[in-house]
Amino acid sequence: MKQVLETKDVAGSPNWLLAKLDDLVNWSRANSLWPMPFGTACCAIEFMATAASRFDFARFGMERQAFSPRQADVLICAGRLPFKLAPVIRRIYDQMPQPKWVISMGACASTGGIFDNYAMVQGIDTVVPVDVYVPGCPPRPEGLLYGVLLLHKKIKGESLGQRSLREEQPLDHTGLRLPPETIDEISEPFGNSVHQFRSA
Amino acid sequence: MNPTVEALRATFGDAIGRALVARDGETIVYVRPETLAEIMAFLRAPAQDYDYVVDVTAVEYRDRERPLEVVYFLRSLRRRTDLRIKVELDPTGPLAVDSIVPLWRGAEWLEREVFDMFGITFRGHPDLRRILMWETYAEGHPLRKDFPLRGRFSRAEQVRQALNANPEAHYSLDELAIADAYRDLPADMRERLERGERGKVPGPE
Repeated sequence: MKQVLETKDVAGSPNWLLAKLDDLVNWSRANSLWPMPFGTACCAIEFMATAASRFDFARFGMERQAFSPRQADVLICAGRLPFKLAPVIRRIYDQMPQPKWVISMGACASTGGIFDNYAMVQGIDTVVPVDVYVPGCPPRPEGLLYGVLLLHKKIKGESLGQRSLREEQPLDHTGLRLPPETIDEISEPFGNSVHQFRSA
Repeated sequence: MNPTVEALRATFGDAIGRALVARDGETIVYVRPETLAEIMAFLRAPAQDYDYVVDVTAVEYRDRERPLEVVYFLRSLRRRTDLRIKVELDPTGPLAVDSIVPLWRGAEWLEREVFDMFGITFRGHPDLRRILMWETYAEGHPLRKDFPLRGRFSRAEQVRQALNANPEAHYSLDELAIADAYRDLPADMRERLERGERGKVPGPE
């Protein structure tokens, strides 16, 4: 028993007690994720289908949809994000208490999708950090459920010892969360979009 | 051909340009921009009774020589008649026409949209400002042909300006339903509304 309660780390790894506490905490966190739906487009329809009885993500502990960010664990951005909504989703994300995660649902939320134009954010990861990207246009409910299960897996791999995971990451002095070069790079067109050109 | 055209020609003469029937059977009438206000008042009056403005929009053609067109879709609900009025604007001159909001209150947001997307100003509009893009949007008017599809700024600059916009600053006091409850609002909200704050674009670092 004395050995069990020893708190000294062996080569930086959490000891037995902390590891077991991690398991307990992560198990409870992963199995009662309260989603904050941020539905802006057709992905929100699939999101609703996922929440409804046929697919029923309440089976995975997401029974209570938190329509307030202050009682939410996972922000699900379902649909395209125009620049006009960028400060809104950022504020919602900032209002969510730790621990919090973000699922980017669908092609538009993840990359801008077909909307490679002046009005659309090219991937919400330029605005908020994202944990799981669900591809699809829109993803089927099975796809979103798979994304949720991947998030469970990710949560179960976290450790209470990694304090940096749960630190708030506010916008930096330039008003961005990533360096401008990075935002430009990940916003570049790809796929069919590269055949378009910037006129004028 | 809509019989209103004959009435227009009889009343306004040379101010009425060519008239044609579109493929969907609706009549299009070109009118001179200087006389637009009078013509619209004539159409609104009980004799013609076009009491509903369905849409106001604009067209810019790929051919830079062709004038911009402002298009008014009018409908008479009682007579069940439709009419399209087009005004041609010289793209090299000032893009301005008279507002029809004094005649049709419903045109207010439609004209704001045309202003936002094409940069056409409407003289006499009570509240002419952007409606789709946010008010500090600085890249121009997106539906003009010289506007690049992805906007004029880099993506990072676009994200920076968007994140710095104040999402609560898009409404004037009159627009908000809470105007009646003004005295009961929190002090900071009252202060913002009084100041008419619209959000500021912070300068680059």
